[in-house]
Amino acid sequence: MALARAQALAAGRAQPITTVRHLHIHDRPLVLIPLAMAGEATAPLAALLGDDVARPRLLVVSQPRNRDERFAFFAGLADAVVPYLDSFAGATEAVPVDRGRDVRHRFVDAPQVWVPNPGGADFLRLLGRSTRFRRTDGDHPVPASVPRLGQWLTFLASSAEVPGSSLLVNAVQALGLHWATGQSAAEDAHFGSLFAWITDGARAAREAENGPVAGPATDPAFDNEILAPLIAESSPALPGVLRELLMPTWERMWKSIALLRELPEGARVGSRWDSDRDAYSAFVEHLIEEGTPQPRRDGAVAAAARLQRLENAAARYAVQRAFDDPLVMAEHRLSGAAFGGVVTLAKADRIDDSGKRPVLRPRIMVATTETVRVEPGAALTSPARPSQKAKVISVTPGPTGTDVVLELSGGMGRKLVAEPGSVPEVGEPILLTTLSEAYRPGAAFPDPAETPWTHGGPPAHHEDVPIA
Amino acid sequence: MNQVDRLRGSAPVKRHNARTVAALTGNPGCTRRAVLDAAGVDKVRLAERIGFPGAFGQSRFALARGNAFEAMLKADDCALLRSTLGAYVGGYEDLGADEDDTLSARHSRTRALLASSTEGLLDHPLLTLDVAGQTVFLEPDLIAYQNGSQLQVVEIKSFAIIDGQADGTAVSAAAVQAAVYVLALRRLLGDDKVSHEVVLVCPENFSMQPVAVVLDVRKQLSTLRRQLSRLASVSALISSLPESLSFDLAQPVPALVSSLDALTARYAPECLSTCEMSVFCRDESGGRTEVLGRPVREALGGIETVDEVLALASGAREPEPAQVEAAALLRAAQRLRDEAL
Repeated sequence: MALARAQALAAGRAQPITTVRHLHIHDRPLVLIPLAMAGEATAPLAALLGDDVARPRLLVVSQPRNRDERFAFFAGLADAVVPYLDSFAGATEAVPVDRGRDVRHRFVDAPQVWVPNPGGADFLRLLGRSTRFRRTDGDHPVPASVPRLGQWLTFLASSAEVPGSSLLVNAVQALGLHWATGQSAAEDAHFGSLFAWITDGARAAREAENGPVAGPATDPAFDNEILAPLIAESSPALPGVLRELLMPTWERMWKSIALLRELPEGARVGSRWDSDRDAYSAFVEHLIEEGTPQPRRDGAVAAAARLQRLENAAARYAVQRAFDDPLVMAEHRLSGAAFGGVVTLAKADRIDDSGKRPVLRPRIMVATTETVRVEPGAALTSPARPSQKAKVISVTPGPTGTDVVLELSGGMGRKLVAEPGSVPEVGEPILLTTLSEAYRPGAAFPDPAETPWTHGGPPAHHEDVPIA
Repeated sequence: MNQVDRLRGSAPVKRHNARTVAALTGNPGCTRRAVLDAAGVDKVRLAERIGFPGAFGQSRFALARGNAFEAMLKADDCALLRSTLGAYVGGYEDLGADEDDTLSARHSRTRALLASSTEGLLDHPLLTLDVAGQTVFLEPDLIAYQNGSQLQVVEIKSFAIIDGQADGTAVSAAAVQAAVYVLALRRLLGDDKVSHEVVLVCPENFSMQPVAVVLDVRKQLSTLRRQLSRLASVSALISSLPESLSFDLAQPVPALVSSLDALTARYAPECLSTCEMSVFCRDESGGRTEVLGRPVREALGGIETVDEVLALASGAREPEPAQVEAAALLRAAQRLRDEAL
């Protein structure tokens, strides 16, 4: 990865750091480019959005300090976004659960929203926070679509925190996952510059740095010289100026999606999209059944459970990417968490009969010239046979490399004779790693009503009163 | 005319503030910045003059909101600020802004008022701090709040705190700036007279309602002390520079650039968000691994140039004894990349 950056700098062009694509690309994504008003937490200025590159829709707040206009903007955004998000809650498929004793249903597709950068995703989270508690009655009533939009944005923003989720994608992260540029990570955060490194090279990237920003923050010089006079005069030219500002980013977003779509999809991307569809289905169900807005802060139990889900997702994502992609695995080989070698000895019919029942425990010896940082007793996996475990029996360094003896279990059928091909043969190149796809059971968390006093005790139930 | 004035030339002095001190201590190894700051050179104009302007403006919308928030807090003898701080807080004295030639007078007034330790709020005090062997004036936009025996720094910021959380970058920048003031006040009054807890006053959620939160800046203080002590004595450095060296903006561009060349910079991508000279330094560092960022440079074994990295990775170049380990890793990385692609 670091070497790829050096190569990119020398070549003046971004270099690939993966051999496959590691995220799901939707057939009909929704691109959303939000712009914020400087100085305020969540005053939207404009948004350019749509699911068709030829038909971008522009929403503008021409007087950002005007509260009514702001909520008209939210209503417009809801009209444009919520029908798209709802449109996948149609056909369902049955998924077996509980070892096939039961089935549950999930939607066969889910939405995918693209924003330019992590700041865009954060801004959606804040917009969600500022709209989901709005009331449709009382002093400042809003259309019912506004709090609904808030709930959706909150759902999308929190799903974006799950490593490997593709419901809300930011283009900077998606591109940075697949290409290394010849500049620093801080400079990569500029979407236009990162995009230019990939498509046109270093010189274009430097020029793009001074080009229009991808939001949500605007350029101070733009604010002072162009935006301020237009707002002061309530100029009818404002929407046109903003459209012109946002159009280059709009084009680049769609080109980025097309660029990523060309890459072959990783083998495990589909299973992560399945999880995304599960999350979408569960949220749609929640909206239909209870429809309560997400709390401002998670309670202690919910927060602990969420943290664990995120940790598991992060671990799973890291392992899956390495298993799907030899170039990602290369990073682990350099750090000593994996090594490649050749099988030099194999005893496929070895039986261990020291226990109550004899079991099939073939042993193989692997010769490698790579750094081996594993100890006897460690359990390794080979991406070629993910269901098979290889226990390290001995590690013997020699003058030209290292010999590692491994004992295999699992993935060889149920008999005392291994299924053909299930035990690596002499001469076969093999990769072994400490990374494992094994299922991690979730920890048991108490019911929220049983929250221990160390964590604040059971949460007090109170009505969530909207705050201006 | 002393050496410092000669370096700056005819332009007026650019004064230090908490932000520049923080940026300086963020990259203590950079001689270029230390000297330019010590000489009070206007770096924004210098960078523009040599054709490497940076984007360091502030949106007038953000400024307007910041000013409105501060004015609201300070209106009616600081009524809202007092209720936000939540205690009876004595009088309010604004030392105001003034001209350069009355700085020391204002500093003495600040000292006298602070030393009297009367309870109350003190706005726009003028502080001094020794930075790299030079005394710099700090003109904080802050309020010192005398409460009992300890002085507390109050910082008013206009970024929002939403559900108890705020933007991490904004908070840490505010904490470092507040720490600069705490340090300056402590040097003036003694460590035990100034609290290491500063009060941050920000708008809450999506309203203009202020909320006060307490930040512990002990960590920032110790970093700051360490970095300040590491800053080589700039006075000695300046006197070792050739007399002809000058950053007078009236000079032609090549002369300015060759003056800059005489000062070694230590560029890192972080400079781009803190230093006005960064675009020039980045250009100057082209082809060096430091432009890729510190983590990448370290992953490349600390090797200086990209050409050297690639030559070691391909085996075209024999590593020096200190590079053997890094070179082996680079060759392995190259082999794995070639295999996979």
